[in-house]
Amino acid sequence: MSGEDDQRESSENASGAERPASLEDAFDEPAFVPYLAAGDPDFESSLEYVEALARGGADVIELGLPFSEPIAEGPTIQQAVVRSLEGGMTPERFFEFVEALDVDVPLVCMTYYNLIYQFGEDGDPPVRPFVERAAEVGIEGFVVPDLPAEEADLLREACDEHGLDLVFIVAPTTTGERLDRIMSQVTGYVYVQARLGVTGARSDVSDQTTESLARLEAYDVPKAVGFGISSGEQAADVVAAGADGVIVGSALVDVVADGHEEGRPVEETADRLESLARELKEGALAGAQRRPRPEGT
Amino acid sequence: MSQSKFGDYGGQYVPEALMPAIEELTDAYERYVLENEDGFMDEFRERLRDFGGRPTPLQRADQLSERYDREVYLKREDLVHGGAHKLNNALGQVLLARYMGKERIIAETGAGQHGTATAMAAAHLDVPCEVYMGRRDINRQRPNVFRMRINGAEVNPVDIGRGTLKEAISETMRDWATTVETTHYVIGSVVGPAPFPAMVRDFQSVISEEARRQCEEKFGDLPGAVLACAGGGSNTMGAFANFLDDEEVDLYAVEAGGSSLEVDEEEGIAPHSASLSTGDEGVLHGARTKLLQDSHGQIMESHSVSSGLDYSGVGPELAYLVDEGRVTPVNVDDDAALEAFHRLSQDEGIIPALETAHAFGFLEKVAGPDADGGVELPGTVVVNVSGRGDKDLESVIEETDQRQLDNAPTMEVFDG
Ligand SMILES: Cc1ncc(COP(=O)(O)O)c(C=O)c1O
Repeated sequence: MSGEDDQRESSENASGAERPASLEDAFDEPAFVPYLAAGDPDFESSLEYVEALARGGADVIELGLPFSEPIAEGPTIQQAVVRSLEGGMTPERFFEFVEALDVDVPLVCMTYYNLIYQFGEDGDPPVRPFVERAAEVGIEGFVVPDLPAEEADLLREACDEHGLDLVFIVAPTTTGERLDRIMSQVTGYVYVQARLGVTGARSDVSDQTTESLARLEAYDVPKAVGFGISSGEQAADVVAAGADGVIVGSALVDVVADGHEEGRPVEETADRLESLARELKEGALAGAQRRPRPEGT
Repeated sequence: MSQSKFGDYGGQYVPEALMPAIEELTDAYERYVLENEDGFMDEFRERLRDFGGRPTPLQRADQLSERYDREVYLKREDLVHGGAHKLNNALGQVLLARYMGKERIIAETGAGQHGTATAMAAAHLDVPCEVYMGRRDINRQRPNVFRMRINGAEVNPVDIGRGTLKEAISETMRDWATTVETTHYVIGSVVGPAPFPAMVRDFQSVISEEARRQCEEKFGDLPGAVLACAGGGSNTMGAFANFLDDEEVDLYAVEAGGSSLEVDEEEGIAPHSASLSTGDEGVLHGARTKLLQDSHGQIMESHSVSSGLDYSGVGPELAYLVDEGRVTPVNVDDDAALEAFHRLSQDEGIIPALETAHAFGFLEKVAGPDADGGVELPGTVVVNVSGRGDKDLESVIEETDQRQLDNAPTMEVFDG
């Protein structure tokens, strides 16, 4: 990433919060990486919820920009997408959302390729306007679940130009040549999909996680494990198995959904999110204690 | 003919978990389908003949020929086992899944024809099968739901969104992402990530392979034009594939104009399914293609009286051929399709699928007594009768009841 470092200095957002510039730095200690769909169930409450995650100890936040066909998501996040879209979320509103956020944690935009591709005026080149706008509001990187490494050249170039990271997902089925191809493109961190399937909270940690982490050991990029993690205990297990961080989505979205359905005050749901975030972060830290010490360090 | 891109269209925009399976499928497609390894294509053709009932006839439509004052020929895909062209592809893919050693089949369906064809092929080849179908389509296509169940397939209702084909495809992809190691996804049209669009085209191209030969036999020449209805575009690509190099043959892809071509962007609904005629380039369900989407890139819900055309996207190769000027996209509305449904039934004794009726609606529009003069059709026309209409009778009765059609019988008698 040489040459782009000057563009990667910390960015300041509308509410004046400073965000550290590098995703990789966020993994100096076992990281907690929460996901929420921006604007779920509405713009204002969602700001509170994301800020609560930061207070609870988030090291990076993945913010979902909802797409109408979220093929990689299970029912929990699908419903969040519906709520957010019904609340009027659009790509431009999403950028306003990021600007309005008062957090000093690096932010990653999680969305589907068509929204990135279409952003901008008619006649604009594809992809670039979106990346430019994301950089402007202080986004540090992207996760695009329907964009495999083979199709990512356009976005890769635009990200490099603006000093943004492109996070790729490695699945349990990813092996051999594909793994090399992906790992040569990843920057920031690699998203290790803990199991086959779609997003959604589960109660056990899969063997597939351990196998995937073993395959990735040789690659020098932070490894964040996601898909199915819902408790501090699981977070600890995953970190103990060698992960540098845990990504948690559906379990947090469940808290938002529950608050919405039960008509709870926003502060109460925010408190719940904060305490679940704290549990997950503490779990991640506790996991590191259980990790066998690597030789020589 | 293996291809992953058609110009800028096509590609493989899918979750990483599926990519290895797609590589495995590409390899299997190249070996078995393109190179006939282990005699795959020989077995496919034999089963198409013995189980599928091929070849289907190319029949001269006497009454329509007179009405339109030109030679109208019908490629009778409605006579394929199961009642639609869909079996060509379903049989090919289920057989391929067996050659690949997959233990389970999943599929999505809109009109239920693809689901039915897949359920039949899976029963025939003894592979367990599950089919995802939108709730709204389940209600519109009950006979096909029963047929799938009777053939031993599970039908999984999809309640998301409007409950049509788009949602069913997304849900099937989610299943596939979980079960990819043991399961093959039999996609129902020339859509989805590569190699599906090329592979489905190849399985369907038996339509134009036969039609071409039959034209030579029947009138010693190529047809002046081929007409086929386009949802995802599988029967269209099948009917066009072997004529693509014959520049003198005009190719018309007839889309569902629905109730209107106007779009309610606020509501996110297009009251039509004419993605070739009106869509913009974008990425959906694994491919870059022409799509119905709003200015932000959110996919719009589509509409058609026929569930098999009710899809917001279209095959990438078809999108490419339209841009190249080789295929002309046209559309007719719900009313015209229903009217054509009744005309074909009365004049020719063929009850067509509502999807197919769109192709005949176009014939009426450009060559009928009230032709609008927009298109000059040549003297010999082949219309692909993509399927039969038994599955649609409930919808037709209901939809006919709601409008004034000059040529429809009264439907009141059916109300009991
Ligand atoms: C009879 C019939 N014709 C046409 C179609 C449209 O699909 P395609 O465009 O892939 O041929 C369908 C889809 O279900 C169908 O059942």
